[in-house]
Amino acid sequence: MLFLQNAGKLLQKNIREYGMYIALFVIMVIFTITTDGIFISSRNISNLMNQTGYIAVLAVGMTLVIIIRHIDLSVGFLAGFLGAIAAIALAFWGMPVYAVIPLVLALGAFAGVLTAFLVAQMKIPSFVATLAGWLIYRGAILVVTESTGTIIISNDTFNALGNGYIPDIPGLNFLPEVHKLTLILGFAALLLFIFNEINDRRKKLAYDFEVLPMDIFVLKIAFTSIIVAGITWVLAGYNGLSWTVVIVLIVVGIYDFIMSKTVLGRHIYAIGGNPEAAELSGISVKRLIYVVFGSMGMLSGLSGILFASRLQSATTTAGTLFELDAIAAAYVGGVSAAGGVGKVIGSIVGALVMTSLTSGMNLMGIGIAYQYMVRGAVLAAAVIFDVATRNRAQ
Amino acid sequence: MNTPILEMKNITKEFPGVKALNNVSFQVTEGEIHCLVGENGAGKSTLMKVLSGVYPHGDYTGDIVFNGKVQTFRGISDSEKAGIAIIYQELALIPEMTVYENIFLGHEIKNGSLIDWNETIKRAGQMLKKVKLNVNLAEKVRDLGVGKRQLVEIAKALSKDVKLLILDEPTAALNEDDSENLLNLLRELKSHGVTCVLISHKLREVIEIADSVTVLRDGQTICTLNAKKGEVSESALIKHMVGREIDNIYPKKENRQIGEVVLRVENWNAYDPALGRSILKDINFHVKKGEIVGFAGLMGSGRTELALSIFGNPGGYNISGDISILGSKKRFKHPQDAIKAGVAYVTEDRKGNGLILIQDVKQNITIANLKEISIRNVVNDNSEVKVANEYRVSLNIKTPSVEQKTSNLSGGNQQKVSLGKWLFVGPKLLILDEPTRGIDVGAKYEIYTIMTKLVEQGLSIIMISSELPEVLGMSDRVYVVSAGKITGELAGSEATQEKIMQLATNY
Repeated sequence: MLFLQNAGKLLQKNIREYGMYIALFVIMVIFTITTDGIFISSRNISNLMNQTGYIAVLAVGMTLVIIIRHIDLSVGFLAGFLGAIAAIALAFWGMPVYAVIPLVLALGAFAGVLTAFLVAQMKIPSFVATLAGWLIYRGAILVVTESTGTIIISNDTFNALGNGYIPDIPGLNFLPEVHKLTLILGFAALLLFIFNEINDRRKKLAYDFEVLPMDIFVLKIAFTSIIVAGITWVLAGYNGLSWTVVIVLIVVGIYDFIMSKTVLGRHIYAIGGNPEAAELSGISVKRLIYVVFGSMGMLSGLSGILFASRLQSATTTAGTLFELDAIAAAYVGGVSAAGGVGKVIGSIVGALVMTSLTSGMNLMGIGIAYQYMVRGAVLAAAVIFDVATRNRAQ
Repeated sequence: MNTPILEMKNITKEFPGVKALNNVSFQVTEGEIHCLVGENGAGKSTLMKVLSGVYPHGDYTGDIVFNGKVQTFRGISDSEKAGIAIIYQELALIPEMTVYENIFLGHEIKNGSLIDWNETIKRAGQMLKKVKLNVNLAEKVRDLGVGKRQLVEIAKALSKDVKLLILDEPTAALNEDDSENLLNLLRELKSHGVTCVLISHKLREVIEIADSVTVLRDGQTICTLNAKKGEVSESALIKHMVGREIDNIYPKKENRQIGEVVLRVENWNAYDPALGRSILKDINFHVKKGEIVGFAGLMGSGRTELALSIFGNPGGYNISGDISILGSKKRFKHPQDAIKAGVAYVTEDRKGNGLILIQDVKQNITIANLKEISIRNVVNDNSEVKVANEYRVSLNIKTPSVEQKTSNLSGGNQQKVSLGKWLFVGPKLLILDEPTRGIDVGAKYEIYTIMTKLVEQGLSIIMISSELPEVLGMSDRVYVVSAGKITGELAGSEATQEKIMQLATNY
């Protein structure tokens, strides 16, 4: 009884945070039923994750931008433009792929810094500054693809980023249909997670701080373990981890660490919570606007690379509506429009929710027109839920 | 004359986990000025929200009898229709609209379905005469000072045929002159038959103006005192408000050891490009170790601007002059430079630019000095909780835990969080801007005690304050600021309210 009470209390207290996980879970179950299990098949989940990749990295950057009370509308076409630059550098300039990727990321960061200059130095509202960027990069894509139209990319290393999978360990003969390295990595991640949780709990107890009751703690670990193990098993059943997923995991890992553990992350949340108070606390708001928009630009470059690589080409319409998908993912993932609140992992879950909807409805054969409406309704519902739970928390 | 216009009987209002009002009774006689006093959290605001319908009928238990009828207000518009108007601390005017637009906002004068602007302007002019406000009707509220805005609010209330006017801390943001004007106006309105309920922390003005006073404490009515019977005195009020007697709320100054000069500011000038005028002129002053230096003056005299211009100049003024800390010259380009040099600034406006209200107590306490609890820029959450708990204990911050959001704390406790945040920076000089504004007597006493302890430990404090008793009670020396200049320096022993007021109004 006490166990259930504790679990209920915990759920109630953290309903905002757990809400989207529950939503994602419910959506997946519904689609699994309506598609006779095709949705949850290894192949579909693997595809779904690869499709989420280029939006997910944008959503990560957008989370930070929205936390500091700004917005960036230019990222979609910036990603498209930088993807085109990557294609041109590979196809026409003959640059090696190991030079192209850093170049594109650097160009992206530079573009972000330009936006930051307009916002921080010239005091232009970010909505306007990035709307200008939206138009400019849209034009820029057309300029660079004017003579060629779609640019085909034939570099295999580059194309593997969006389509390839990590190699398996050769010479292991057990479980022939399963990707062994993926299993091993998943298992290692799981062990690391459990080790961290236990270590953290021990430290907290050493300080005499409040910790979760033991049974809930075990439940939390068990639940997360099942999810991680499940995803690992499903992915290992197809081609294993894709490079896209690996890249997204690395990006999310780094950004989540920065936002939750470092001084920089704290400062970003502080600016979002109250910019004047942050400034008077010795935090340079201007400097952090440069950092956040710079990172957004760099991630736009990464998004452009992932998308071009996935299509194995750069097209004249690449990047269309990416910015709105990324913003929607962030809001669905619990980032507050008022600033100061939101988590990188939440936005990733938000991105997964949105792509799952698309993927599931595609499998069900629902027309594109209705897909847009459903996604719009889900976005509205997510924000309503967010506002309602926040008011209750107060 | 003795008929009650308002009777609130046995009002009980519960929030999850707390009884904000416990069987409160409150009776206001027609045509009187009735003051409602009590510490923060005593339930004054909740009681007024019940009365005005913010908490609708059914959300509380008990009866409201107004004008002889039991009322069941379902929202503010109901109570307004009945003739009750509330003017809150945070004024509800639209800054970008003109005075006359604001006065009739929400109950526009219409000619058919269109607004009759000519009639609006005429009637607005009459209302302004009633409140004795002499401004251009077409002026935007944004361009008016706080005192004048308050009068516009009252004009707005009067335009609705108000029978009972409730003012929540109307003079909290006003200087002495504007406060006096406002009190006179209330007397005037009283003579015209308007009944007033005044919520105030300023006991002197309560004593000056009240016909009767009701004291709330911990959600209960403690007593109602009648001024005509001579029951209202400062000591009586404080006794009832805090439940104990405070003879002298200012701690003794004897144990202070005043040492060398910590801060010296010379030939300090500032020009505000946004306003297009010079705001600080040729300012010279110094602060010594272990000393509390009071900065007195009227609202808008430039004291906050002076503090900000010294504290890294976040307002972007054009500055000339010299600052030296412990004898060495400094230039602060950003607040972080000032913090590094050992200067801390606790802002006047806790909610506006002091605290991050959506974050919890521990995050607010550590935000200005995260380095201290970080290793290679990674914050150690556990030492953060430990640090926050140390300040929670030493400053007596009343909160269930340091994980509580600061928006849920009372004003006094928020102020202690602000203090904790700046003490954690380890400053040599602490600038406190209106440290006790809007907080109750008990918390004030605690803040004074903390300040005294800090200077005894060798810290220097600059205290900017508009409350003269506080300036006199706490300061070792007083500078008086008027219109961006220092018009006088007084030793603590020679300072009197009269001398300060004379210098403060010396342009």
